Amino acid sequence: MGRITLDKVSKRFGDVEVIPPLDLTIEDGEFTVFVGPSGCGKSTLLRLIAGLEDTTSGQIRIDSQDATHVPPAKRGLAMVFQSYALYPHMSVRKNIAFPMKMAGVSEDEQKRRIEAAANALNLTDYLDRRPGQLSGGQRQRVAIGRAIVREPSAFLFDEPLSNLDAALRVGMRLEISELHERLKTTMIYVTHDQVEAMTMADKIVVLQAGVIEQVGSPLELYHEPRNKFVAGFIGSPKMNFIEGAEAGKHGAHTIGIRPEHIAVSADEGPWSGVVSVSEHLGSDTFFHVHDTGLAETITVRADGEVGFRHGDRIRLTPRAELIHKFDENGLRIA
Amino acid sequence: MATQHSRSAARLMMAPAVVLLLGWMLVPLIMTLYFSFKKYLPLRGGDLGWVGFDNYVRFVTSSAFWPSVLATLAIVGGVLVITVVFGVLLAILLNQPMWGQGIVRILVIAPFFVMPTVSALVWKNMFMDPVNGLFAHLWKFFGAQPVEWLSQASLQSIVMIVSWQWLPFATLILLTAIQSLDSEQLEAAEMDGASPLKRFAYITLPHLSRAITVVVLIQTIFLLAIFAEIFVTTQGSFGTRTLTYLIYQRVLESQNVGLGSAGGVYAIILANIVAIFLMRIVGKNLDA
Repeated sequence: MGRITLDKVSKRFGDVEVIPPLDLTIEDGEFTVFVGPSGCGKSTLLRLIAGLEDTTSGQIRIDSQDATHVPPAKRGLAMVFQSYALYPHMSVRKNIAFPMKMAGVSEDEQKRRIEAAANALNLTDYLDRRPGQLSGGQRQRVAIGRAIVREPSAFLFDEPLSNLDAALRVGMRLEISELHERLKTTMIYVTHDQVEAMTMADKIVVLQAGVIEQVGSPLELYHEPRNKFVAGFIGSPKMNFIEGAEAGKHGAHTIGIRPEHIAVSADEGPWSGVVSVSEHLGSDTFFHVHDTGLAETITVRADGEVGFRHGDRIRLTPRAELIHKFDENGLRIA
Repeated sequence: MATQHSRSAARLMMAPAVVLLLGWMLVPLIMTLYFSFKKYLPLRGGDLGWVGFDNYVRFVTSSAFWPSVLATLAIVGGVLVITVVFGVLLAILLNQPMWGQGIVRILVIAPFFVMPTVSALVWKNMFMDPVNGLFAHLWKFFGAQPVEWLSQASLQSIVMIVSWQWLPFATLILLTAIQSLDSEQLEAAEMDGASPLKRFAYITLPHLSRAITVVVLIQTIFLLAIFAEIFVTTQGSFGTRTLTYLIYQRVLESQNVGLGSAGGVYAIILANIVAIFLMRIVGKNLDA
């Protein structure tokens, strides 16, 4: 079981309120991702749940038990740190055994769980090495192994992939997702990378300055962002925002249109502009269009075969039904 | 340093320093060896010719030799234990965030800047004096008989004085080591259910092992040669005659340069034996 409820939880460091009181429920077995720009309080929120920081006010409940003042080790949660935080002087085996040794698990049981974790994470050949002799991805797996053997009610991940190179990151992303499918344990995952959030999460919590901007499934956030911040944060490349007369036509202060929802053509379309940069990815092409009279730059995603170049004048057609409308406070107009 | 040219240029430029260092080391060493095979009494006839290994035999068969070796090892060992144990504790304490951290750290390092002669004299006269010393007053305040530190507990007193001097050095090295400990490791251990004591034993102490090695090695080298602290306090009496002090007495008090030189050679051998042991025990810590 691993249902985590935050009830009016807040955190101050001295005079600075990092997290104003917030409510949040994470259901048992859910993969929840906290996402937001750096400094938005997502890591602090995770550390509050872990018990590594004290809450200033409010209550944290784990499986309906008040855990606000329970020490970290007694909360039944396991954490994977950004730096992996492996113990450098211990072998991989001892690293993984450490939480069990502290908990007084019998030797036989320790052995059994280490074998199981090592098998699941492809670490069997590395059990007698030190962390210093492992690659980044292997260290990451050891850190996960150390978390698994505790059989926690929930896993906490603090930006676990940010120290890995891009290719490895995609691989580990899949491995963590698979792990979640297999274990069905609650997982809370902190990241600033919206791609990780979109691909892994059952539920995304978007944070800005300690405030929850929106909670929802990846596609909910993509299709119905509650405000301009969420609209701009979720999706890559970023949504285009247009103000002024063009927005007025739709009865809004600002309209937003995603790059993938704009069609490009040489001579047809209501908007026109000049291509400043075109990025060819093979599968897609991104055009950064200037001189539209709408916004400084409009980003457009087109098929990989579309071959406009720098300086070409092109015409753009937004898909009218996919235009997002926002009022002057940045809130979505339904 | 890749090309032939830059390599030879580097050698040429290093040569003066290397030659100077070699001379600095070799001249005294050879002179010591030279005198150790001579009967040389400056005030009683001067150079009285070669005597073979007589000086060596006389030095070790003297009743003062083994006690002096033991006193040396006792002082070195005692100071090492005290400075490492208290150094670790102080480093942990100083690593806690607190008000006035900068000033406290400077105060802690201050004893290291006091000259050995001065600090030993201050200890002797202000703290350990059985009549006017601070300790004597303290003892009297509680109605106890003041301890005559430098005669009743002479070796311990010297260990205390020298420890006081070297504690800042140990603390400083260990503090910098503690500061480099990744706080996420401690947090991970906390999440894993390790109590503060276990976190110290399993995380902090292994992390400090290399720094402790450095402290032990450096201090041993310097502690084998302490002299001033003994000279200004006990003058080598009450069991505080170390090997260094014995050599001094042989050369200057007995005016027997040959005998003292032989003792010097023994001191070199002793220092090397200790060094080999230390390297064996702790050297593997430096490899990792």
